[in-house]
Amino acid sequence: MAVDVAPPTISDALSLGLTEAEYELICEKQGEPPNQVELAMYSLLWSEHCAYKHSKKLLRSLPTEGPAVVMGPGENAGAVDVGGGLVCAFKVESHNHPSAVEPFQGAATGVGGILRDIFAIGARPIAVLDSLRFGEVQGQEGTRSRYLLEGAVAGIGHYGNSIGVPTVGGEVYFEGPYEQNCLVNAMALGLADREALVRSAAAGVGNLLVLFGASTGRDGIGGASVLASAELSEDDADKRPTVQVGDPFEEKKLLECSLELLARGLLVSLQDLGAAGLTSSAAEMASKGEVGVEIDVARVPLREADMEPFEVMVSESQERMLCVVEPGDLEQVLALCEKWEVNGAAIGTVTDSGTVRVLAEGELVGEMPVRALVDDCPLYDLEPVKPTEQIYPAPLLSPALIPDATPEQALLALLSSANITSRRPLFEQYDPIVQSRTVRRPEQADAAVLALPGGAALGVSIDCNGRRVAADPYLGAIESVLECAANLACVGAEPLGTTNNLNFGNPEKPHIAWQLTEAVRGLGEACRALQAPIVGGNVSLYNEGATGPIYPTPVIGMVGLLVDMHRAGRLGFARAGDAIALVGPFAPSLAASELQKLRGERLPDGLPRFELDAVRAAQGAVREAVRAGVLSSAHDVAEGGVAIALAECCLAGGMGAEVELDGNEAALFGEGPGGFVLSGERAALEALSEHTSVRVLGTVGGDSLCIAGVLKLSLARLAEAHGALAELFE
Amino acid sequence: MKFGVLQFPGSCDEVDALEAARRVADAELIWHAERDLKGADAIIVPGGFSYGDYLRAGAIARFAPAMESVIEFAREGGVVLGICNGFQVLCEARLLPGALLPNTNLRFTCRQVELEVMNSGGTFTRTCALGERLSIPAKHSWGRWYADERTLQAMDESGQIVLRYAQGENFNGSLHDIAGVCNEAGNVFGLMPHPEHAVDKAVGGSEDGLKIFNSMKMAA
Repeated sequence: MAVDVAPPTISDALSLGLTEAEYELICEKQGEPPNQVELAMYSLLWSEHCAYKHSKKLLRSLPTEGPAVVMGPGENAGAVDVGGGLVCAFKVESHNHPSAVEPFQGAATGVGGILRDIFAIGARPIAVLDSLRFGEVQGQEGTRSRYLLEGAVAGIGHYGNSIGVPTVGGEVYFEGPYEQNCLVNAMALGLADREALVRSAAAGVGNLLVLFGASTGRDGIGGASVLASAELSEDDADKRPTVQVGDPFEEKKLLECSLELLARGLLVSLQDLGAAGLTSSAAEMASKGEVGVEIDVARVPLREADMEPFEVMVSESQERMLCVVEPGDLEQVLALCEKWEVNGAAIGTVTDSGTVRVLAEGELVGEMPVRALVDDCPLYDLEPVKPTEQIYPAPLLSPALIPDATPEQALLALLSSANITSRRPLFEQYDPIVQSRTVRRPEQADAAVLALPGGAALGVSIDCNGRRVAADPYLGAIESVLECAANLACVGAEPLGTTNNLNFGNPEKPHIAWQLTEAVRGLGEACRALQAPIVGGNVSLYNEGATGPIYPTPVIGMVGLLVDMHRAGRLGFARAGDAIALVGPFAPSLAASELQKLRGERLPDGLPRFELDAVRAAQGAVREAVRAGVLSSAHDVAEGGVAIALAECCLAGGMGAEVELDGNEAALFGEGPGGFVLSGERAALEALSEHTSVRVLGTVGGDSLCIAGVLKLSLARLAEAHGALAELFE
Repeated sequence: MKFGVLQFPGSCDEVDALEAARRVADAELIWHAERDLKGADAIIVPGGFSYGDYLRAGAIARFAPAMESVIEFAREGGVVLGICNGFQVLCEARLLPGALLPNTNLRFTCRQVELEVMNSGGTFTRTCALGERLSIPAKHSWGRWYADERTLQAMDESGQIVLRYAQGENFNGSLHDIAGVCNEAGNVFGLMPHPEHAVDKAVGGSEDGLKIFNSMKMAA
């Protein structure tokens, strides 16, 4: 094939992240050694990020079907039926390594990418949530993590706020193992008329491929292979050019343009450009439609002159979409692009060749079978081995927790610890209310609540306690799913579907393979039990720094339905004199608890077992009580145990409580699934004992949290401790 | 009575403003490139990031064809409300005095804030009592209203200071806690908080923003 540059060699293939065997397989599929364009394209599509080569076999075990599922894994986002002819599209994705290298742009483009996935299937984005992990941020050692946190939060806000999509919820944890490899996962939701959904499969030989949106530059070249599919190392500053730069204004125009094109019925199919840019978009559209495509890179609007054909094909410049258009509609499509002030260019055609052909001004510069590019990347079996001892070092002893602390001191230390303290300084940087749909904002309830037309609403939550997953990948993953479902129950929402982002270390290492295998097993079991199938997600592997892997972090996002938005639950105590009850099969244990962490204790080997069905029954009882409108507040017990849950209910409602509770540490601060702190009429709480265990603890009232004979703390002192994170933002 | 709501590329809260206005009257969107105000009796310049606001908030939007018509409409006494980015645009267009600077914390900040009505006689707050408190959310990076001392004094004397942040609520560092001001004639009003996000108790918990739209309906 006639190309001017010197043909690449096997060492070029290795430096692009391919193995020797993979390179040989490519030569075999091509019938000759690939040229530069072809090698660049193979190296991206055969990267872990695009090909899921270490996780695909495992993911096949997950439940993906259910009565509400309209679109499952494989499309840009999954979608569930929410009634009234509407569907909710949603998905979570990671932008971990870009954020570790450049937190602001890394996080911003993470939001941009997940939003494109939503409107690529024809849904208007209605909400963003984020899930963040950093190293410890408090004290001298926290300087770099604070920088990453500040940058990532500002980047998420910059993109979400500017594009007019509310950021309605999220979570953040601070743990040593994320010090060198932070996690930035973003989840987005969208709404669409059921019949307006569009798929990405290219169709109709002779139809045109139209690229629209921003122009194409040299940013983000190799992002999927160099950044996303390798471990981080010391010289990551050199990788900054592989991080893309986001422009939310460009994406806002692109979003409106895409939705208007779809509303006018001008598109055959639509696909966003994300990792691996034009290469993966074109190849995947062709693969799904079982057709071929031909693209002339000379027709791509460029940001910089003289880009090489391979650079055009692999650029990860943001804010671009690729669509298939019937030739007769081209003029109208380009006119709408002009209206929204985005570039629009017909760059190629749908063919029956079964290949991706790349031309440069009409001259062939690369041709690859679609199947070879998209489907023939070898899949690898994991070789899981449970490590003989805990692989994570013990956390640092917290200076906030003095030895022999009293329950009061322990509660204040927990409440002011980075993982529990109020997230207000972070979420205040986000717009949670644009689009006028937000029924429950952050800190008003355990899950965000978004109004639907007609009075129903969506509940949505994102969660994962990586430390507990590290202690027990199987049970920890189940707990993460249950935590999301518990949050939904507290607002009165029944799960419809789940998305997940599997953030793990290097899967080629047996102990990471074990974590991954166990977590996916737990994830599947929990989603099956809750009838909350997985409709889409993402895998982020190789999250390791020089000091070791991250905690295994299968981030779970769950969407559920509320019947009546006016009855959406709240977490704060609301009425003096209400009874307070601890509800559910809650068996508190200090194993892998926040208190153990503050004490600098090593992770245990395994978490206490529990009855999944009993937890599910409790969640159902809480959900029905919230839906019936008989509760004043509902909050699930999580980090810091019952005592912290009570303190959070007091703070959110601005009301004290008087309760009786055992004074032992496990009863006060122990953790585990299945516990809820509810308030309301005593009779209403006691009625729940028909379905689950109920223990009335006391009553709402006063201006302090009083646990009889154990502790008494004023709301002011609790609020001061809970506000500890604010100091980092002064 | 009909509201016209401007829509720039990069507007975010224009549909929210449209729906809020529709709770009290008719309302229609007006595309930035159009000069025709479609017979609107009152204009809302909405929140968001017009044209991306990469230069300075509102600096480009003031030159939009639709804004040229709005400037003419305002000079003839037409009722014009600017919310957040719209307030910035109206200041850039010199329809309102002062300027909006970056928040003192240098961050985008979103909070539900308490406002105090300082002038209840005018076009935009005639359904409010003097000193009444309104609960309305604010969300912005560039919301610190500023004017020189002489301008401020003149405005104070002519009742142009319409809304203040209640004590402890001024998170952006605005001069004298000023949250919303009108022009001397009283027909153009801008504020940083978002009344269109306080029109439904179920979504946001407050309906206080409706008072502003109702006042405009009575005046226009």
